[in-house]
Parts: sequence; structure tokens; C-alpha cells
Amino acid sequence: MTDFINALTPENLGYLLQGLGITVAVSVLSIIISFLLGSIVGIVMFEKIPYFSSLVGTLNNIVRNLPLLLIIFFTYFALPQIGIRLPVFWSTVVAMSFFEAAMLSEIIRGGLDSVDKGQFEGARSTGLSNRQTLVHIVLPQAYKKMIPPLISQLISLVKDTSLASGIVLADLTFRGQVVYAQNSHYIVPVLVFMTFCYFVVNYLLSLLAKHLDRRLA
Amino acid sequence: MMIFDHYRSLFISGFGYTIAASLIALVASLVLGTFFALLQLSKKRAWAALGNAYVQFFRNVPLLIITLFFYLAVAKVIKMTGFVAGTVALSLYTSAFIAESVRAGILAIDKGQMEGALANGLSYGQAMSRIVLPQAFKVAIPSLGNQFINLVKNSSILAFVGGLDLMYQGNLVAASSFDTFTSYIIVGLFYLLLTLPLSYGMQYLEERLQESR
Amino acid sequence: MEKNKKRLFGISASLILVLLLVLFGFWAANRAHENRMHQDTLARVKKTKTINWGVKTDTKLFGLVNTKSGQSEGFDVDLAKALTKQIGKQVGEQLTPTFTPVNASSKVQLLKNTNIDGVLAVMTITKERAKVVDFSKPYFPAGNSLLVKKDSGIQSIQDLNGPSKTILIALGTTAADTVKKEAPKAKVLALQDYASAMQALKAGQGQAIVTDNAILYGLVSENPDYHVVGGIMGYAPYGIAFDHNQPGMVRQANQALDVLKKNGTYNALIEKWFGQVPGLNLSELEVQA
Repeated sequence: MTDFINALTPENLGYLLQGLGITVAVSVLSIIISFLLGSIVGIVMFEKIPYFSSLVGTLNNIVRNLPLLLIIFFTYFALPQIGIRLPVFWSTVVAMSFFEAAMLSEIIRGGLDSVDKGQFEGARSTGLSNRQTLVHIVLPQAYKKMIPPLISQLISLVKDTSLASGIVLADLTFRGQVVYAQNSHYIVPVLVFMTFCYFVVNYLLSLLAKHLDRRLA
Repeated sequence: MMIFDHYRSLFISGFGYTIAASLIALVASLVLGTFFALLQLSKKRAWAALGNAYVQFFRNVPLLIITLFFYLAVAKVIKMTGFVAGTVALSLYTSAFIAESVRAGILAIDKGQMEGALANGLSYGQAMSRIVLPQAFKVAIPSLGNQFINLVKNSSILAFVGGLDLMYQGNLVAASSFDTFTSYIIVGLFYLLLTLPLSYGMQYLEERLQESR
Repeated sequence: MEKNKKRLFGISASLILVLLLVLFGFWAANRAHENRMHQDTLARVKKTKTINWGVKTDTKLFGLVNTKSGQSEGFDVDLAKALTKQIGKQVGEQLTPTFTPVNASSKVQLLKNTNIDGVLAVMTITKERAKVVDFSKPYFPAGNSLLVKKDSGIQSIQDLNGPSKTILIALGTTAADTVKKEAPKAKVLALQDYASAMQALKAGQGQAIVTDNAILYGLVSENPDYHVVGGIMGYAPYGIAFDHNQPGMVRQANQALDVLKKNGTYNALIEKWFGQVPGLNLSELEVQA
């Protein structure tokens, strides 16, 4: 117990919570960027354009099937070799957005597929063009259905940001490692505190997802 | 490709450890996951709450934190290598997701089947293991498949605790060859060798199952 | 008609995408090849007027983040500041030090990628590493030392050279060689890491821990009943690392290190960071006039 008190001083707590802020900032930025990117890819896959859709689908599948950790390391350590040099924070955002876009595009395509085909025909028969139908009729419905899975992807992102501690992003996990370097007795208290932080943020998000799921259903 | 020839043994041994960790964690997390799915569906409130707490906990905490916990804290009491710590953490983490898949599978099976089996004189355990679970697994195959692909990708967590896996060796090769670009691409190809067949196999299975329904 | 158009669009878009990917691949391979040609670190330092040092964040006394300021503090960090100033004087520029946190796996990568100019991060000079980076002259006399209980009366490793003694070491360190050489009669118990070795020492499973002096200095601050004795065995000094093939930068760093050692700055920093380590004889670390 004294270890807990010694480890979680106001300075250390402040330092750790700032790390949680970075974790959340990276996650939120990444979910926004990956949502935009993923929408484009998802729509392309949904449209079933001959050759092009399956090509994009295959590339997307390759990204989806790689470990995120590898993509993070690649972005930070390998891209500089071809002259693309990003600071740690943006490296993480780029890597996570790229990976997450591939995950989200599948969800978005699934959401589009799930919209009743009859609605297409109905909208088209009232004289809307293909694109108008997609933008005004199909996408809004699909997005509504996608809110809960989007939140669960956000939970994944909050958890996955911890991987960026491997490239020394000063997120919650990395800062935890710094704090327990002060004294090996701090390992358990700090790990418990970090677990608590991640759990609270993610559990609240999952409750939100459940709530929205019920309201939108 | 020079890099691959030069460091072939490292890549191959890392690949071996990745496969080993994935297989061990697959079996362990299937067993644990099924157990906790049943616990969640238990009629006894306390058991159900326990199962629920387990699943919620491991779903909402990063795998890396769980891994570090085993490697740094638990290993002080029970000796274990990074490979063991990582594989244990991976099994627990994945089991929470598998529990959700299996639970959804069980819930998708018509209640009448259970009642019918009970009426025919089977015990609850017999009805569950012989009638409901086999069907539930069939329903859960697509999501179980996804969890397995995630499991293979997540096994890269071993790199953080010196787990000798593909990612760990890839980092070593990248650091000593300085052709980071090629090293990581080779690592990526090895992972795809495992995950792409799984992913396409799953798609195929899913389509077949949909047709048969 | 509509279908044909879509088909045509699909084919051309696919071709363009494939073409772009292939072009990118060639471009990347080419760029990667070009970038493997070296940049001169000293020229870059002069141009940017900064030296960006890679430092540790989790190593007590050398580079540990102060959670209040968020900055690394320690001997490595202070030495980097002093070196930056001195190198600036030597090349006739006002240089500012900046710091980038590194870990074991990232330090060399970041040097190679020119994200950082130099590494001052408890890095032991080894032949293996010298193949891929340039090292300065040694800047810290690291090696194995002994950690014993204060009232044990043990003064050197010779006191432990007997069959009734047990020496604790951490797996995968150079300590095993040191013990074999200096106290061949003692029993050796190898533990997972030095934290477990510390537990074993407290539990009386052995009389001493042998491991890197830098680590022992950190351990005693948590365990005030213990102290460091026995001098430095198995000398394995730390060096400042630069990208490969940087004779200009290495020469400047070596010259600056000499100046700092001569004008007392070096000893003052040793005093500042290691003066409080119980049992430590500072003259082991200081340079003698």
C-alpha cells in the first residue's frame, strides 16, 4: 500500500494523466482521418466497379492482415529512409489512420450493403442520380448503423495507441514505464493505475456504444 | 533479398515462435473463452457477473499492459520467460473476445433446442455440450476466424518482452542491417503468409455457410 | 451503355493505380538507396546550429525523466549540454542542445535516419556496435561492481572467492565472465534480471550481486542498507555514438571531452550525480589531474 502512495505522487499522477491525454488525442485524430479514408475505400468496394473494386479490396485486405505494430515501426523507422520523416506523434497518427482505415472500410462497406436494395431503386425512380442516391439516401442510413461499430473501433484505437510506446511516443503506457523506472517497487502500482485509466475510458465508450445501439435500433 | 539470405535463420526462427505462440494461444483462448461464455450465460447471477467482469476487463485493457503485467509483476513470483508471459497475456486477452463470439453463437441457437434436449432427459451439461455448443460454434465461425487472425497479428506483442517472435527478430535485423525498409517488408510478407490464407479461407467458409443456410 | 462505361472506368482506374504503385515502389527503392549515402553530421550540426542528442528516459542517474518537468535528467544529459557548448566553441558557432528520448531498439535507427545527431544513452562500446556506428573515446568507466549489505564487511570480490559463498548475477550480462575470472571458487546464481537478483540478495540467497556499476548505483538508492564496493571489474566503458563514418563529428566530440575533463567540468558532473552513492569511491570515476 505504501508503494501505491509513494508511486502515485501528484507529480507522477499529473505526468501519467498528460500521457492519457496524448493517448486520447492520437485515438481521436486517427479515428477521424481513418473514417474519411475508410469511407472512400468502402464506397469503392461497395460500388463493385469492374477490376478496380477487387484490386482496391485486395490491397485493403493486405493492410488489414498486417500487425499494427509492424505498420507503426515501418512508418517511424523505415519511411525516413525514403525521405519521409515525421515526428513521433504524427508518425503514430499516420500509421494508425492507415491501418484503421482498412478496418473501417470493411465496416462501411458492410453498412452500405445492409441498406435495403429497394431504397436504391425507389430513390432512383424519383429521379435522383446515382451519386445523389448514395450521398442523400444510402450513406446517412449506413452511417447511422455504423456509429456503434465506430465506437468499438475507437476503443481498439485507445488500446492500440499503447503500441506506440515502442517508438517512444509519450503516451500513457510509455510514461508508466518512465515512472516505474524511478523505483522497481512502483511497477505494480503504476500498472494498476494504467489499467484503471484505460479501463475507465474504454468502458465508458462501450457503454456509449450500447446506449446508441439501443436508441438507433 | 540479400538481407533475407543473410538473416534467413533469424526470420525463420522468429516465424516459428510466432506460429507456436499463436497455436498455443488459440487453444488456450478457445477453452477459456468457451468457459467464460458459459459462465456469462449461467443462471446463477454471481457466476454470470463474474464471467461478465472477466470479459469486460480484458476487452477494455491494452494487450501490452497485460503483457507487461505478466512479464514484470507476475514473473517475480512465478518465473517465466518473455515468450511465456506474452503467450499467457495473448491467451487471456483473446479469450475475452472469443467468449463474446461464442456467447453470441449460443444466443443465436433457438431456445427450443435446449428445452427439447432437456425434455428428452439430457442433463444441462449434456444438452449444452452435445446439442447447443456444436451449433453455436458453427454460427460463430466467421467471428472466431476474425479473432484468430487478430490473434496472429497481436502475437507481435511478444517483441516488447523479448519473446523471440517474428517482430522481435525483424527489429533485430532492421537494427543490424540498417535496411529497415526491406527488413520490415520481409517481416510483413511472413505475417501475410499466415494471415492472408486465413482471411480468404474464412471468406470462403462464410460464403459456403451462407449458402447452406 | 452505362455498364460499359463503368467497365472502362474500372479498367483505367485499376491501371492507373497499379502504375502509381509500381512507380512509387521504384521511387522508394531509389530514394532508399540514395539516402544510404552518408550525410555529414558535423555539417548538419553547423547548419542547424543545434545538436540533437538521443538520451534515455528510464535510467536512474544517467537519463531519467523528471515527471514534473517532463525532461530527462542525469549525467548523460548534463554531459550532452556541456559537450554541445564546448563543440560550439570549437567550431565557432553558438550551438543549442536538444533532446530526443530513445530506447534500446530505437537509438541506432534514429541515428541512421538522421533524426538525431548523437547518442548519449549508457551505450557500451562493443566491437559489434562499432561496425555500425562511430564511437567517441570512452566517456564513462562502466564495468562490474559489487553490491553488498553495509554491515557484511565484504570489501572486494576476493572476499567471496570460496565454496561457501554465492554470487548473484542477472542472466545475459557480462557478470558471469567477471565472476569466473575473479572468484572462480564461488557459487553463482543467475536470476532473470537485476530486480530479482536484489530480491534474492535481501532473502539471503547470496552474499553479493555482481553487475554493471551504473545499475548498482541506481539500486542502492532504493535500498539504503546496501552499498557498492569492489572497484570496477571487466571494464566496459560507455561511448558517445554517432552515425557511421563521421570522422569530423567524432574528432570534435573527443576534443570537447578532453577539454571538459581538463577544466574540471567532467569531475563536477561526476560529483553531482554519483557523489551520493553509498560506498562508492568517487576517484574510480573521476579523471585524475
